[in-house]
Amino acid sequence: MSAAPVTIALQTMQVARRTRKAVALRMALPLIVIGLYVLGAIFVPILYDFDPLRVDVTSRLLPPGSTLPNGSVAIFGTDQVGQDLFAQMMEGARVSLVVGAGTLLFAGFVGVLLGMLAGHFGGKLDMVLMRIADIQLAFPAILLAILIASVLGQGIWNIIIVLSIANWVIIARVTRGQVLSLKTREFVEASRTLGAGNTHLIARTLLPGAMAPILVILTVEFGQVILAEAALSFLGVGVPLGVPSLGSTIANGTAHMTTAWWISTLPGVALLILVLATGILGDAIRDHYDPRLRSA
Amino acid sequence: MLGYTVRRLLLAVFVLWGVATVVFVIVRLVPADPAVLIAGDSATAEQLAALRKELGLDQPLIVQYAQFLGQAAMGQFGDSYRQGVPAMTLIGQVLPNTALLAFLACLLALAVSLPLGLLAALRAGKFADRVVSVGSILVQALPGFWVGVVLILVFSRTLQWLPSSGLSSPQSLILPVIVLALPFIAILTRLTRSGLLEVNGEGYVNTARAKGLPERIVIFPHAIRNALIPIVTVVGLEVGTLLGGAVITETVFSFPGIGRLLVSAILARDYNVVQACVVIIAAAFVVINLIVDLVYAYLDPRVRLAS
Amino acid sequence: MTMTQPERDATSSGTPLLSVQDLAVEFSTSAGVVRALDGVSFEVSEGETLAILGESGSGKSVTAQAIMALLPRPAGSIAGGRIVYGGTDLAAQPIKKVRELCATEIAMIFQDPLSSLNPVFRIGYQIAEPFRRRRGMGKREAWAKALELLKRVGIPDAETRIRDYPHQFSGGQRQRIMIAMAIALEPRVLIADEPTTALDVTVQAQIMTLLADLQAETGMALILISHDLGVVADVAERAAIMYAGRIVETGRIREMYDHPAHPYTQGLLDSIPSASTIGERLKPIVGAPPNLLSLPTGCSFHPRCPFATEACKAAVPPLRQPDGWLPPHLAACIRSEEVLAK
Repeated sequence: MSAAPVTIALQTMQVARRTRKAVALRMALPLIVIGLYVLGAIFVPILYDFDPLRVDVTSRLLPPGSTLPNGSVAIFGTDQVGQDLFAQMMEGARVSLVVGAGTLLFAGFVGVLLGMLAGHFGGKLDMVLMRIADIQLAFPAILLAILIASVLGQGIWNIIIVLSIANWVIIARVTRGQVLSLKTREFVEASRTLGAGNTHLIARTLLPGAMAPILVILTVEFGQVILAEAALSFLGVGVPLGVPSLGSTIANGTAHMTTAWWISTLPGVALLILVLATGILGDAIRDHYDPRLRSA
Repeated sequence: MLGYTVRRLLLAVFVLWGVATVVFVIVRLVPADPAVLIAGDSATAEQLAALRKELGLDQPLIVQYAQFLGQAAMGQFGDSYRQGVPAMTLIGQVLPNTALLAFLACLLALAVSLPLGLLAALRAGKFADRVVSVGSILVQALPGFWVGVVLILVFSRTLQWLPSSGLSSPQSLILPVIVLALPFIAILTRLTRSGLLEVNGEGYVNTARAKGLPERIVIFPHAIRNALIPIVTVVGLEVGTLLGGAVITETVFSFPGIGRLLVSAILARDYNVVQACVVIIAAAFVVINLIVDLVYAYLDPRVRLAS
Repeated sequence: MTMTQPERDATSSGTPLLSVQDLAVEFSTSAGVVRALDGVSFEVSEGETLAILGESGSGKSVTAQAIMALLPRPAGSIAGGRIVYGGTDLAAQPIKKVRELCATEIAMIFQDPLSSLNPVFRIGYQIAEPFRRRRGMGKREAWAKALELLKRVGIPDAETRIRDYPHQFSGGQRQRIMIAMAIALEPRVLIADEPTTALDVTVQAQIMTLLADLQAETGMALILISHDLGVVADVAERAAIMYAGRIVETGRIREMYDHPAHPYTQGLLDSIPSASTIGERLKPIVGAPPNLLSLPTGCSFHPRCPFATEACKAAVPPLRQPDGWLPPHLAACIRSEEVLAK
């Protein structure tokens, strides 16, 4: 024991450095993956000259790797109307990313704003907000989404609205919780005694302090929203007919499960990888801001 | 404890009222005319008017709302447009199935998550922990409906081991229960792990060690009894996700439960059934949360005996 | 190093029960390795009370943690030295073995009794636990013992209150409960880490008296860790003043308070506001405690020391008896004689 005490301390420090490097890696890799999806979603449909409404009966249900009449290779095969599955998946990814980003913007903005206000001002505002949250949380999110979607009808904007309504609550709650715990910390009170007004307090003191968990929840919600859109589209209450979504592609593929398994399976893998990337990223962000990681 | 229980009950009633109101409003926003839905396109104007009167649709909205609340409180949601039987009857037929599904999924989740979370916490930072953590993230990223489809493909169509739909035999439960339980398992495992790790830093854990107690006693019961408290709260919230997941799982497996009834009712514009299903599901959620809150108060003497 | 007679008297009396020799503890942090303890030595004997005094960051709590194998892992580790108890070097033992001595031989009470007591278990359960788990007693017998202990530490209405939870007691009562728990198995050494810091002034005196009474009854050695020189004055016989991970002065406590031999001790004593000097300015020690990651060279106190010279930066001064000073008293300063003369 007496021979290696210093080396124990040094080894522990090396492990901590490795963990910090690992955290950085876990942030970089998912970002790269998501970046690839964004690029793919933008360019692949263009490169493949994808037209969601085109039907090519001769190319139906071809397995992955088949050669199409026009000479190109369908890496992932074709679907039941002859479309190249890869291009369709990337078009579907486009929908996923747009819905995800749009929802995050709306729900994020509303959620963070209301959460901040409720946490900071407390009182009636807080109580009203919390009651609304209670009622809304009594609906399983998918349920609420399905319900509103059935009223609004299909459509990308509608989905964004629906999912924003379903998701602002959790963002607001996380924000509010952070603000509440920050409020009691001395540096906030110190700021106040120095004469900081409410806007300053909210914008310059509370918001930066609450950033870490908010960032984590936003990242995780991004993935969850993408999953939710896919689920809604799978059920038929999401994207309108003619707009490919990963969810609706999977739904369409169930009728051909035994003859063309790739239609239902591969879009799911694409979905999985994308959502996984957001999950790992959110986790890494949480670890990055974890004080325990810093002191070990 | 009594005060706490009363307050929670009042909150539960309030939330139920809120849920019913939201459902009422949303359904009324639908542009379709229920009278037309029931009577069909070929009905005459007089028939439609008579039907509307019968359905109470000619009353002012406030009166409709009051009637709706009154009847809902007694479990009356009107008749299904499609089948003409009371919505509650339809629900009564399928609700026990969903309840069974959810119950089994909960059992599976608890049986798998608690030991896994404990393992991950005990081996924090080591390989086993990494595997569990990555596994949880992976499972949470799985689209539930896709997993269902893939499982059907593998176990029903290809291997022909398990049925893919319906509720014909106990084996029909296996796949839906697994699919339903998966996200719950992922969340519960991570929660157990992080709850235990957090508790580990608390003063009383140090005291337990200073008392020379063996490490396993430090964990059971000192750490776990405290870690359970926040876990129980989140379990309550997650049950809601479970119920929501049931909607999708039942659709994928054509399982005769309230989730599938709801989806088909929405697609068929059968709004009485939609209202009934949503309110019943939300009510179940509220009741479960109430029970969870009471259990939580029982577990934490600081809440139970607030002086 | 052979200890001369005066040095032995300054550092101990009688046969030492617990002997800490040249203890060093390191923590690995994201900013580097911190040497929280650098060559700390002291002893306690049966029936004796030693006060370890210092500011936050001086290393006093770390000392207690190291003895009880409670250093936060994996960050903290013993980097050198020995902790001798009953003939064995605890620093060289695996943690499991050291924990076997905890509560039965060496016990500890902590600073904040609210967070140190498990909130979900009745206090009767928590006090009875050492009897049940480590002595194998049955529940009834153990609770009876717990009741005895509660009465002994002065909890009123013990028969009814034994079934209550920690949050239902006041701060002072919770500390008494902690004490009851700690002395349950009749340890020979009790370490009290800032036992009164979280309590009101009036309650502080009560707890100190309780500790002193218990010690007189049981003959156990008591190590009092505190930053408050006043609160330990009546109870402790000897004291060790810590600064930046080292002991800078040690000796009989009255002797040290009357005749400080280290500039830091003198500064601490001077900074205490006293009722007899109303109207005078407060005299704090200039500067701030050092960053353990970048300690000053030589004597760690020299940047704040009114007696500092160039020689002070050269080497860490060893603990020594000031020349010509008769009563046993050790200080780590090359100019102790002049400090004593002031």
